[in-house]
Amino acid sequence: MSVAPAEVDLPRSADKPVTDKPWVTIVWNDPVNLMTYVTYVFQQVFGFPKKKATRLMLDVHHKGKAVVAAGAREAMEHNVEVLHGYGLWATVQHDN
Amino acid sequence: MEPFRSTRGGGARAHLAPTEASLLRSLVGQVLTLVAPDGPRPGQPDDLLAWDAELTQQDQPQTPDDPVLARLLPDGYRDDPDAAGEFRRYTESSLRSAKQQAAQEMLDTLPEAGGRIQLTHDQAHAWLKALNDVRLALGVRLNVTEDFEQQWGQLRADDPQWAAYEVYAWLGAVQESLVQALA
Repeated sequence: MSVAPAEVDLPRSADKPVTDKPWVTIVWNDPVNLMTYVTYVFQQVFGFPKKKATRLMLDVHHKGKAVVAAGAREAMEHNVEVLHGYGLWATVQHDN
Repeated sequence: MEPFRSTRGGGARAHLAPTEASLLRSLVGQVLTLVAPDGPRPGQPDDLLAWDAELTQQDQPQTPDDPVLARLLPDGYRDDPDAAGEFRRYTESSLRSAKQQAAQEMLDTLPEAGGRIQLTHDQAHAWLKALNDVRLALGVRLNVTEDFEQQWGQLRADDPQWAAYEVYAWLGAVQESLVQALA
């Protein structure tokens, strides 16, 4: 004996996070942030060695954007919030 | 101004003229007002008649209309307004607080009459962030592009914006010296 649920929620597989395709943190080029500052922020926030931080900064500068991190959506949102705190123009995106 | 130099323990020191200190205080104060959690929220109506519109907007915070505020508090998602609104709902208030805190810390360590500035590593970080927010705000107002030097060079000396360009360039030099001192 059972009572029928008032609502029937079908599993919505489309809403489930797709774990095999990570999310990414993207930093976009902007005309104000200093190149040395962006490099420094990458070192501080992600612990990158100076060489890697500089390469990513140059990618942002020359290509208009760079992927600086990949992983779980929550972690990427946290990155973006921290980068916004430093004034960098960052967004979260699904890597597809 | 004597530019920033590194000090033992990861801090930085500099020397500012009285006019430079007062200019910095004024600019940082303006940003502080702008980002304060109870500051302007151009995406939300503030007149009494709009309370019902506010109800619907509370669920979906908007990108600020003011381009300066939109740059200081940017969208966390591009091309996805729903995700951007959701992200803003959870992060905008803490981002505003963080920016307000950095600006306040800079004001607290910036003598009104100028003179010697001595910053710990953490204070120097607050300065970096607050200085950057001032440069972002001014850069948006001046429509600064990658060709800033060229834009500035094309202005006539009697152009009302000339002084603002000079301030913007100076702020860049101050921030650059602080980054070099910390890096």
